[in-house]
Parts: sequence; structure tokens; C-alpha cells
Amino acid sequence: MYEQIAANRRKTILLIVAAIVLLGAVGYALGYWYGSGPAGLVGAVALAIVLSLGSFFAGDRLVLASTRAKEVSPQDQPRLHNIVEGLSIAAGIPKPRVYVIPEQAPNAFATGRNPEHASIAVTEGLLSTMNRVELEGVIGHELAHVVDRDILVGTVVATLVGAVILISEFFMRSWWWGGVRGRRGGDRGGGGIEAIIFAVGLVLLILAPIIGQIVRLAVSRQREFLADAQGALLTRYPPGLASALRKIGAASGIPMHSANNATAHLWLNQPSRIQGEGMGPFEKLFSTHPPIEERIRRLEEM
Amino acid sequence: MPTWLWIVVVLVALLLLGCIWIYNRLVKLRARVNNGWSQIDVQLRRRYDLIPNLVTTVQGYATHERELFEHVTEARSRAIDANAVPDQAQAENQITRGIRQLFAVAENYPDLKANQNFLALQEELTGTESKIAFARQFYNDQVMLLNTLIGSFPSNVVAKTFRFEPREFFDIEEPVRAPSEVEFPR
Repeated sequence: MYEQIAANRRKTILLIVAAIVLLGAVGYALGYWYGSGPAGLVGAVALAIVLSLGSFFAGDRLVLASTRAKEVSPQDQPRLHNIVEGLSIAAGIPKPRVYVIPEQAPNAFATGRNPEHASIAVTEGLLSTMNRVELEGVIGHELAHVVDRDILVGTVVATLVGAVILISEFFMRSWWWGGVRGRRGGDRGGGGIEAIIFAVGLVLLILAPIIGQIVRLAVSRQREFLADAQGALLTRYPPGLASALRKIGAASGIPMHSANNATAHLWLNQPSRIQGEGMGPFEKLFSTHPPIEERIRRLEEM
Repeated sequence: MPTWLWIVVVLVALLLLGCIWIYNRLVKLRARVNNGWSQIDVQLRRRYDLIPNLVTTVQGYATHERELFEHVTEARSRAIDANAVPDQAQAENQITRGIRQLFAVAENYPDLKANQNFLALQEELTGTESKIAFARQFYNDQVMLLNTLIGSFPSNVVAKTFRFEPREFFDIEEPVRAPSEVEFPR
């Protein structure tokens, strides 16, 4: 467990350094184009540092906001609060804040930077489909992520990847609209800026699979198994989580509207935006979870 | 300084570092055991507070179960007065059994089962029961770690020097996992 915590701290630092180097390189290239490489470098590194600090201190709030999660009081959700409080006692950590997401697909995630600043969010679908024992299994799994500091890496990844996706979409769209306007006007004179925007967009598009790979390396599938096992150690009842995972697998046809590639790895099970379908090609690229059948099998063997 | 003196100095320094490490670990575990015990205490107190409420609510519907009510109320006051860990554990077990019987009795009264106040109490008591179990789990885990450290060599030397005492486990019955799904003995 302590090795796990240390490894996650190392990974977070590595991720932030990688983000700074990557953005710095892009900034230098852009600056070089405009005639001042160092200025671009300084600007981009400053941006990267702001992004990293932001993801460290406010990442949990960003992630929660992006899923439209709402904090609930013990009066609103007595059962959920009782379970979270009980399992936090068992894990010997402070009770995290509790959120509910207005989604019908049963799923859950944890976020934050350490056990003192942690939040657990579950969907309405999870609350309506799970009985107490199953809910305990799910919350136990999420608390294991909190104890191991998986939430720190996960949240930093989510905000950094989210920022890169946002920037690349911004460039691709502005190129697209700029391109259309340019063709209509028949004026090819202002092609300089368009070419840059196009180049940056293209680079980020090429980078996307690499970023996907980095995400998969940072949040390995092994830790999901580990969190399953540790969660079961907390509840002392592996069949609870196994039964919950079976229900979640059966409900995989329900789409999740607020899920996206930046936060996919945080969820209890890989969410899907596409109705009925398992996963889109882009979602496969960011596939971070082991198959649910394998997780159930391992829980049943405990 | 001759070489052998250097070796002695390094060895003593290492020994001292080892002792400091063990001492700090002992202090940390003792703090966690104390914290674990106060967690159990908080939850047990919460249960004491809920019992009179539950008894009154059930009494309103099930008037013939006076013996059971008295039994639960008496177990509660015995638990509150208990000083030693084994005494308290015994009284707590009686409370747990009494509450289970109360819920079993409630099964026979449909009006009571539909009562909002009763349902809220049932969730609170079920939640508290599992919190007691989880607190006990944490406490016993920490006691085991502390007792192992106190009992094993070389940490037992440090433990004895600084008077770290092994602690008692808290043994109470496991609560039922899902009360509504279990058959209760009458």
C-alpha cells in the first residue's frame, strides 16, 4: 500500500513534468514561427504550470462540475452517507464528501488529491439499482482509490487531458471555419495564420493516440484489480462488489451523457456515450479498464 | 580516530536510528488504537441514543412485547455503565440481539412497517450497526499490529523500555448484513 502511494506521487510529478515539456515544445515551435522562440517557450511553460497547479488544487472541482455532480446531505441520502462514513472508519480516513450525478447508467468515481481532500460521486442509476451490500462493495472500491492516492493521478490526468482535448478541438474548429471562410472569399492571402492553426491542430491530432497511451500507462488496469481487492478487504465481503459489477455490466446499454475521454479512467467501469453500443473507436483508444467479467471472476475466487 | 572507533560510532548511530523508528511506529499505532476506540465509542453512543426512540415507536404498535422492551432498555443501561472492555462487549451483544428481535417483531405489524419514522430509524440503526462493525474492524486490526510489534524482537525491547502495553481486542457479534432479508429466531 505504501509503495502504491509513493508510486502514485512519482507518477503525478512525472505527468506534470511531461505536460510542461510537451506544452513548452509546442510553444517554442509556435514562437519560432513568429520570430521569437524563447517568448513562446516562456508563455507555454507558464500556461503549463498554471494548468498543472490548477489540476492539482482544483482538478476535483473541475471533474465534478464536468459530470454535473451535486453534493448531497445526510438527510437527502441517509443510506449512501451511512455507507461512506462506515467504510471510511474501516479504512481509517476522514469521510469524503458525497456527490450524486444525474445519470441513469449505474457508475461511480472518486476524485481529489489526498484522503483529506477527497470526494466520492455516484450516479442516480447506481443508487436505484444497488442494494446495501452492493453499494458497500462499490464505495469500498472507490475508497481504496482514495487510500492509494489513485485519485491524485487520475484527477491530474483528467484535467491535463481535458485541457489538451479542449485546445486541439479549438484549433481544429477554428481551422475548419477559417478554411470555409477563406474559400468563400477566394482570398488566399491570409494563409499564414491558418497554416499555423492547421499545423498545431494536426500535431495535437497526431498526439492524441500518444496521450491515450500515456493515460493508459499512468492509470494501469492492474490498479482496478487492486482496488477491487482492497475494497473487498474493507467490506470483508467480495460477493457484494461482484454482484454490483454484474448489474453494471448488464446495464452497459444505458448511455452516459456527461462521460468523456478525459474522465473515462476515473469511473468504476468504462462509461459509454453511445446508446446500445459497447464503445466507439475513440473511446477504445482511451480504454483504461479491464473487462468486467474478469474482475467478477477474480472477486469470486477470493 | 582509528578505524575501529569509526565502525563503533556508525553502529551505535544505526542502532539509535532503528530505536527511533520503532518508537515512532509504536506511538503512531497507539494513537491509531486510541482513535479506533473513540470511533467505536461514538457509534455505540449513537446507538444508545437511537434505542429509546425505537422502543417508543415500536411500542405504539406492538403493545404485547413488554418483556422485549424491558430487556433492550436494561441492556442499554448496562452497556452505558460498563467499564471493562469484555463487560461492555457482552452488553453490546445483548443490545444487538434485542434490536434484531425488535425488527423481527415489527415484521408482524404492517402499519408499523409503513411508518416513516420507523423506516428512518431502521436505516439509522442499520447504518450505525455496520459503522460499529467497521470501527471494530479498524480497531482490532490496529490492536493486532500494535500487539505484534510489542511482542516481537527487537521492538519488544523498545516497547518495554517506554512501557507500551498490549491492548485488548473488542469482540462483539457481527451485525446482520441485510436485516430485511434474514430470518430472525424468535
